[in-house]
Amino acid sequence: MVVQSITGTETEVDGASRLAARAVTVGYGSRSVIDGLDVAIPPGVITTIIGPNGCGKSTLLRTLSRLLKPTGGTVVLDGEDIAALRTRDVAKKLGLLPQAPVAPEGLTVSDLVARGRHPHQSWLRQWSSDDADVVRQALAMTGVSDLADRPVDSLSGGQRQRVWISMTLAQGTDLLLLDEPTTYLDLAHAVDVLDLVDDLHESGRTVVMVLHDLNLAARYSDNLVVMREGAILAQGHPRDVITAGLLHEAFGLRAKVIDDPVGDRPLIVPIGRTHVELDRSAPELVK
Amino acid sequence: MDMRADGTDAAVDVKADVRTSVVPGVRFGGLSFVWRPWIAGVTLLLAVAGFLVFCLSIGVGDFPIGLPRVLATILGRGEQVDEFVITDLRMPRALAGLVVGVALGVSGALTQSIARNPLASPDVLGITSGAGAVAVFLVTVSGGAATAVADSVGLSAAALAGGLGTGLLVYFMAWRRGIDGFRLILIGISVNAVMQAITTWLLVTADIRDVARAQAWLVGSLDNRSWGEVHVALWCTLVLLVVVTTVAFQFKPLHFGDEVAAGLGVRYGTVRAVLLLCAVLLAGVAVSAAGPVPFVALVAPQVAMRLARCPTPPLVASGLVGALLLTGSDLLARTALPVSLPVGVVTAAIGGPFLVYLLVRANRR
Repeated sequence: MVVQSITGTETEVDGASRLAARAVTVGYGSRSVIDGLDVAIPPGVITTIIGPNGCGKSTLLRTLSRLLKPTGGTVVLDGEDIAALRTRDVAKKLGLLPQAPVAPEGLTVSDLVARGRHPHQSWLRQWSSDDADVVRQALAMTGVSDLADRPVDSLSGGQRQRVWISMTLAQGTDLLLLDEPTTYLDLAHAVDVLDLVDDLHESGRTVVMVLHDLNLAARYSDNLVVMREGAILAQGHPRDVITAGLLHEAFGLRAKVIDDPVGDRPLIVPIGRTHVELDRSAPELVK
Repeated sequence: MDMRADGTDAAVDVKADVRTSVVPGVRFGGLSFVWRPWIAGVTLLLAVAGFLVFCLSIGVGDFPIGLPRVLATILGRGEQVDEFVITDLRMPRALAGLVVGVALGVSGALTQSIARNPLASPDVLGITSGAGAVAVFLVTVSGGAATAVADSVGLSAAALAGGLGTGLLVYFMAWRRGIDGFRLILIGISVNAVMQAITTWLLVTADIRDVARAQAWLVGSLDNRSWGEVHVALWCTLVLLVVVTTVAFQFKPLHFGDEVAAGLGVRYGTVRAVLLLCAVLLAGVAVSAAGPVPFVALVAPQVAMRLARCPTPPLVASGLVGALLLTGSDLLARTALPVSLPVGVVTAAIGGPFLVYLLVRANRR
């Protein structure tokens, strides 16, 4: 597969994973959140990490991106231990969007996106016409060219998230890690941002993200990583992974999984206590 | 703009619109920089204004010298009488004003950027009062016993050490798996209060003659600067500014927080520690040269931000506003009022209302 990256360079990608965690143990202080976890991120597809609150999904993403240093095991990026690489070299290969980032008040969209070029700049070479071209391209790809002169804080939540993704794109990496890109967004804007993420993957990028909404995760991902208590419970295509039994095991959620009426993915219908007309004790629901 | 209608075909149509306004760049051989005419213009104007006030400040006094003669003397083509008055008598004071102003302005811009909070100036973080407490200790306790220890060089060194010590204390107490702006400010305010309490206690219990000396120093003043003191402050400030300039480029992404900065390839812990150390040392140098001049470090970066229309404190413009504020205040302190006031009284009186004016004007827009 040939990937057309935003900087115009073409990268050969083999079938092997470029980013993987090998027996990683991660924790805050003495408490370990993840213990001896293995995962390989398949190239060129969208991988979404899901799981209940506090299961370690953000911790895993932050470890994969080198924000957190594992206490045991290694994260491997293109065959090398990520801890041994220079921060700057990691930033040239892997773009990261943390959860709910904040820009200084009054900063314009184009200035924010321009900051994405930082890993490619140096003290002597702080800004070039190449940088300007890449930034224009990133603005166009995320549909925010018209907003270039607007202050970031004057935008709606969805627009703002597009701008941050645009900054990550300007970094020119074909590996993107997004920590809950739809936080604080209403459903329409969440769908809009995920459509954008899908566009990015269509153009050849590998995306790893954390999502809360299971139905959106099922719709937009090619590979789901389901976590519980710091371990991976299941991994694979949403059609293979999402079952009523797994949802009960991972989330303690009773739900019915049906065919998505508008697509070929599974659709999760949660069963709560009220306004449910089914026999709630029906055994097939928790199989 | 309707985002949903727009978003679906964004990847299909990835041709960038060349008219999209992106910051222009400027090249000199192998160097390339962002070109922002407004900021460059404001910075240039501030530099010119600073130099003019510097010259005016030299010209004003019991023996008035006109601007052309001041300029001629600075360029080394002045008459002998002027040369004595200007170079030997007045230049140290005026130069001290510039150096201390630049140091305070840059120091404030750094601490405010690091904490991502305009409250975080060296005055609020306790650095200034820490330097003051140590200096007052030297004047009141050992100063009475040994005048040799309390000569001005000893006092300056003690103030610098006090500022550095307090800065490090605040930094390490605020450290908890990284630096959080609010925590830094809260601990700074607490340490500031303790240092001021110590200073007050020292003043209350000390001999009345020492108290007068300590009080004069505590207000912040440029009186009776010698070339020796000015040289020390000047070289320390220049060295620190070189370090700041070298590291400042790596600091830019830190305005977006640690995680974004890390994602952009910045070793944020190291960069921040180096710059915070520079900020503490700059404030310490300033206090040791002129006493704890209030308000310049807090107000100069905020004024510079609004004049240059930047979302974050611009380093060069902050230093220049600091220099202009301090030199201008000193000039005013010596000329506008019947009694000659220490500069510290005037910086607060001018800086405060000007910042309030800028804030009110921004609200009305």
